Amino acid sequence: MKGFIILSNIIAVMLLPFLMTGIIRKTKAFWGGRYGASIFQPLYDFIKLIKKDFVVSNTTSAVFRLTPLISFAAVITAALFIPLISGNAIIDISAGLIVFAYLLALGKFFSCIGAMDTGSSFEGMGTSREACFTSIVEPAFFIIMGSVMALSGNYTFESLSKITENAGSYGVLIIIFAVLALFLMVLIEGCRVPVDDPATHLELTMIHEVMILDNSGFDLALISWAAGIKMLLITSLIAKIIIPAGSPLYALYYLAVVLLVSVIIGTVESSMARIRMSHVFEFIFIMSSFALIVMSLTAARVFGG
Amino acid sequence: MNWIKIKNNEKINLNDIPTLDIDDLRTEIISFVSVDKMRPLAFFGKDWGRGQVKLFTVLGDDKGLLYVTSSLFKAGIRSYESITQVIPSFHIFEREFFEEFHIEPLNHPWLKPLRKNQDKYPFFKMEGDEIHEVAVGPIHAGVIEPGHFRFMCNGESVYHLEIALGYQHKGVEGLMVQNPSNQLIESVAGDSVIAYSLAYSNVMEAIKGISVSNKAQLIRKMALEMERAAIHIGDLGAIAGDIAYLMGASVFGATRTLVINTMLEFSGSRFGRGLLTLGGVNFDIDDEKIERALKTLNKVETDVSRMVKTMLKNSTVMSRLEKTGTVSTERALEAGLAGMAARASGVNIDSRFDYPDRWIKELGLKKEEFNGTGDVNSRFCLRYKEIIESISIIRKIFKKLKEYKNEPVNSGYEVLNKENSKDAFVVSVVEGWRGEIVHIGMSDNNGALSRYKIKDPSFNNWYGLALAVRNNGVSDFPLCNKSFNLSYSGCDL
Repeated sequence: MKGFIILSNIIAVMLLPFLMTGIIRKTKAFWGGRYGASIFQPLYDFIKLIKKDFVVSNTTSAVFRLTPLISFAAVITAALFIPLISGNAIIDISAGLIVFAYLLALGKFFSCIGAMDTGSSFEGMGTSREACFTSIVEPAFFIIMGSVMALSGNYTFESLSKITENAGSYGVLIIIFAVLALFLMVLIEGCRVPVDDPATHLELTMIHEVMILDNSGFDLALISWAAGIKMLLITSLIAKIIIPAGSPLYALYYLAVVLLVSVIIGTVESSMARIRMSHVFEFIFIMSSFALIVMSLTAARVFGG
Repeated sequence: MNWIKIKNNEKINLNDIPTLDIDDLRTEIISFVSVDKMRPLAFFGKDWGRGQVKLFTVLGDDKGLLYVTSSLFKAGIRSYESITQVIPSFHIFEREFFEEFHIEPLNHPWLKPLRKNQDKYPFFKMEGDEIHEVAVGPIHAGVIEPGHFRFMCNGESVYHLEIALGYQHKGVEGLMVQNPSNQLIESVAGDSVIAYSLAYSNVMEAIKGISVSNKAQLIRKMALEMERAAIHIGDLGAIAGDIAYLMGASVFGATRTLVINTMLEFSGSRFGRGLLTLGGVNFDIDDEKIERALKTLNKVETDVSRMVKTMLKNSTVMSRLEKTGTVSTERALEAGLAGMAARASGVNIDSRFDYPDRWIKELGLKKEEFNGTGDVNSRFCLRYKEIIESISIIRKIFKKLKEYKNEPVNSGYEVLNKENSKDAFVVSVVEGWRGEIVHIGMSDNNGALSRYKIKDPSFNNWYGLALAVRNNGVSDFPLCNKSFNLSYSGCDL
């Protein structure tokens, strides 16, 4: 059983991030009236990049070279703690939440200093934006996850699926707000419209893309994979909350959730403009307010009976 | 008389232009511009032999008349009191004059390089803990032309933007004198092919006395409006793309193709290259083509209207467009903005109507005011309004063309009369999609071109862009830039 979990999770981490990006792009192409590239295109791009050599600016130091490796390692390690397609995590420990959040933070910290290391004013600007947004997202994430897990008593990611049993009459509301907040987090962490525009070529408006302007070849491949995995991990949390515990068709439901989230992201990107940079905070605070609603509902359930 | 008043495309003798003392000229210009609300259309020098330089000034009253005068700088006189200190809109003209003839406008507040010596550009400096500078270009990530932008930012907001251009300077005015042709002038600014070619044709036809048939004149006018509609639609798409509004970018992109493909049918080039020639146009239009074009234009009008309305209803789009990159009316007047950018800021100038030809009346066209507030949204809506207007003008032209069915489209070169073309001076003002394009041609006593002066609206408007981004987020710069969409090549010449 353990072997199956490990194997299925590894396959999910290897394929699904690329498929998610591919499906998002296909959806955008559909709304834009185009055929669009194959949904496997991100995977082909990844394979192409892996084979390529990389160029390193001579103003950079060792930090720049280490950054993609450390960020990727942090994200892939974080993936161990999240229940993926099998419904189980490879390592399911109590308070895995904290390990998970800070592994992501470690990855982000390195991608920030790696970007600063190039000395480019664009990348400095991107870093300041990314760091700023993360500082609002992180507490909100803790509040949601902490509240939802509090319902089940033991603070593990696998216990998320018991929310329906434990939440009682508040269950539907808690699920709705937690899922909405996590969906916003996918948009923010995945650098999608309306927070960021992954398709733009304008450095002045970029957030995530501008931080990796100097990366190329193998490094870039790792970074794009890590970004995809991050999106997948948060989507997996949504799946875990929605899908009832012990469902025999978990893998199928899981894939449906991943597909649905990707299509919704693609549709959101096609139907709205990007928010003005100074208003992005307001957008992120929506996530925080949803988190607070989840917390209040949980408190009402736990203490109010 | 200190000034000679002429009409658009009217030929006068070079020797009829009055010559004033530079101090008198300065006083006259200041009073004309500040009191009579005239606008500088050209302010340029010509080598007058033996170290002398003649300074020509053309002011437009926007009521149909152009005021021309000149002043002679004798050899050894290397400075004069600048006009810019009183009339800021002269800053770029005086910089250009200084760079070309090294006659210094004294006390000019902004005497920075325009087209040469970019490596010595004296940027403003800002200091402070929160201050950072962002330098963009001259090589850009996209497929645009080279230009250097330096943002002095306070956190995310832009305090000041300096634009250093000149990387495209190729000496077009000199080339025009050596070897004037429609092919050369078409390639000065690739998005204003028809407007440039038309201005050049007007100048040369006036100098040489070549007549153009009614039919050819109408085809030229139609092509100019097609160009306007095509570029405006493309820019609406670019604005949508910059705010990541995918649907707008796709729809406008597809619609623009319909318009430029119609140009392809008319002229063999999607941008209308090779359509205009001295004496008329190279390609005739038959009824079948007109029918097809009318059908296409109906579709274009419907699609553009629907998409614009959808966008203006979308709150996320409006939050990006409204109050972004605002240039107030006062600032626009002060900086001397031209054309579309000025109209969006509530300055009601349009050289099609301000210096009208006979067709304005015959086609029953009227200038419609646009109450813009000068933000990106105004420029967006103005472009939409102009697209619809252009399409309706094209329809009227197609109707009118039927009356001149049997006319030739090209009168040929034979009418060229060398005697008449001596010592001529012609100003042609053509409203391209971006604004007024001013071409001035002078011929020597052999009838050959001796000076060719080009003023693109971008020449005035680049400074407007710098004003627009002040106190805006640095991430809104691309959006402001697209809403102006200025030409590098047209400014650098």
